[in-house]
Amino acid sequence: MRHHRVLRIISKLLIPFIMLFALYVQFHGDFGPGGGFQAGVIFASAFILYGLIFGLENARKVAPPSVVTRLIAAGVLIYAGTGYAGLIGGANFLDYNVLGATPVAGQHLGILVIEFGVGTTVAAAMITIFFLFAGRER
Amino acid sequence: MNALLPHLPALQVVVPLVAAPLCLLAGRGGLAWIIAFLAAAAATVTAAILAYQTLHNGPISYEMGGWAPPWGIEYVVDTANAFILLLVAGIATVVLLFCYTSVGKEIRAGRQHLFYCMYTLCLTGLLGIAITGDAFNVFVFLEISSLSSYALIAMGGQRKALTAAFQYLVVGTIGATFFLIGVGLLYMMTGTLNMADLATRIPAIQDSRPVLAAFAFITVGLALKAALFPLHLWLPNAYAFAPSGVSAFIAATATKVSLYVLLRFTFTVFGADIAFRNLSLNLVLLLPAVIAMFAGSFSAIFQRDIKRMLAYSSVAQIGYITLAIALASHAGIQAAMIHIFNHGLMKAALFCAMGCIFYRIGSTRIDQIAGLGREMPWTFAAIAAAGLSLLGVPLTAGFISKWYLVQAALQSDMWWLVVLIAVSSMLALVYVWRLVEALYFKEPPPGRGTVAEAPLSMLLPTLLLAGANIYFGLDTRLPIEMTDSAATLLLRGQVW
Repeated sequence: MRHHRVLRIISKLLIPFIMLFALYVQFHGDFGPGGGFQAGVIFASAFILYGLIFGLENARKVAPPSVVTRLIAAGVLIYAGTGYAGLIGGANFLDYNVLGATPVAGQHLGILVIEFGVGTTVAAAMITIFFLFAGRER
Repeated sequence: MNALLPHLPALQVVVPLVAAPLCLLAGRGGLAWIIAFLAAAAATVTAAILAYQTLHNGPISYEMGGWAPPWGIEYVVDTANAFILLLVAGIATVVLLFCYTSVGKEIRAGRQHLFYCMYTLCLTGLLGIAITGDAFNVFVFLEISSLSSYALIAMGGQRKALTAAFQYLVVGTIGATFFLIGVGLLYMMTGTLNMADLATRIPAIQDSRPVLAAFAFITVGLALKAALFPLHLWLPNAYAFAPSGVSAFIAATATKVSLYVLLRFTFTVFGADIAFRNLSLNLVLLLPAVIAMFAGSFSAIFQRDIKRMLAYSSVAQIGYITLAIALASHAGIQAAMIHIFNHGLMKAALFCAMGCIFYRIGSTRIDQIAGLGREMPWTFAAIAAAGLSLLGVPLTAGFISKWYLVQAALQSDMWWLVVLIAVSSMLALVYVWRLVEALYFKEPPPGRGTVAEAPLSMLLPTLLLAGANIYFGLDTRLPIEMTDSAATLLLRGQVW
């Protein structure tokens, strides 16, 4: 892709906005359409675009596979950890009411953290799938 | 500890769930094994406490996230699923003990932690399917257990493991999709996903087409996952090419959990009246069940690979379980659940023993294993005990299964079924004898040196499972009490 100057420059311009949009979808998820899964996919697409245009080697430098694999696990742990936080607070598993000063604040915080866990795992899983398929011939 | 007691239904699932990412983060096989084993052992203790509680104090309900049913996801434990939970968690723990050495040899070092990650995920899925009281949640856990088991099977050493896993993936996905379509139709008609709530709403609309379609989709989808004849074609390859530990774990638990869901949906959600009296599910299940008993055993006789032979034997045994379900009586349900438990013990023991043999000679083909019985006496003893149990010889768990099955058939005035059960058991005698003959009476193939007994870390779990086959043939209190209560609850339907 070295000779496709248009593609390179446009994608360089676009990648930060794709990531920003992903973060918007992530953290605006509890007010509007969106949420962790969609945000994770959008966030990963920035890395996938980078990998397509600038080559797999560079993409692996930006997102080292060993780190990405750990992030898959980390997202699940964030999710489950929020569930356990409810237990420690004396309520049922995944009950967010006890996480904040008021039940509403607790629910708000709970869903935000949960969705962050979902987003992390989805983004990391998408990038891993891309790496695996793209690096198949080796 | 007392503070944790009310949360046991949630912990039953989320302890193995957390263990899975921890195994991935552990990065090394040994550490991951410790995490997986602790989680499985904790799940077994949890299941044992839940079984005790449900037996003595009745069903337990747990509101996930504090949202009351029918809006929120409800976990419900009664004697029926506590019994399944105990089987799944118990087998998972013992097979994990076996895995430490077995996986060390069969899976390459860089992937062992991934194996334990998938194993705990599969355990999470199976436990979740059994414990949840929410129809959609069943689908979610069905997918968790299925996806992880595809990956586990694909980790088998031969290239054929990949095609076996892919075949299972295609069929399993169709099964899960059918189940989901059925649940979707029920949701469309009733507006609820809670099983107990569904049970109260379905009778009023039982003749509407979407409900009938839902019933058909759910039954066929679950029959695919349970490998009921003629939907069993994915099973032999999947069991034959999977790593030894995976064969033992999945053969003993995965199809059993699907059969439990079938029981739960026919008896609790739809109710025996609708399923059996109006829609004659008994006839629909009876014919494939009887054919499975014969076709499975008959195919087993001609297999050259012993793991494949055991897989076909599983098809036949699933036939017995489905036959018992089709009787739709208290005795029938009890026989089905007892055989679910006992067959799990038999197949786990036999597949573990095959794993011991594979560890030593790298094959489970019948011409390769000739004469091994004299060189690996303890492994042979385990095979003999579990094999006798498979035949239904008195003083083994298998006898209890067959005894209750025959009684259930007689109670339903189907004496001809007793004849069929007896004849198909004779077929089992043929293939079990073929295995014993090869192991003990045949001369070893030329060129094979002396073979040592399997390492103790694999032998002990195998003997433990084989011993359980004898133990539950002598002391039947646990399975009989649990299934007696479970059958009563399932037949009463409606309220758990």
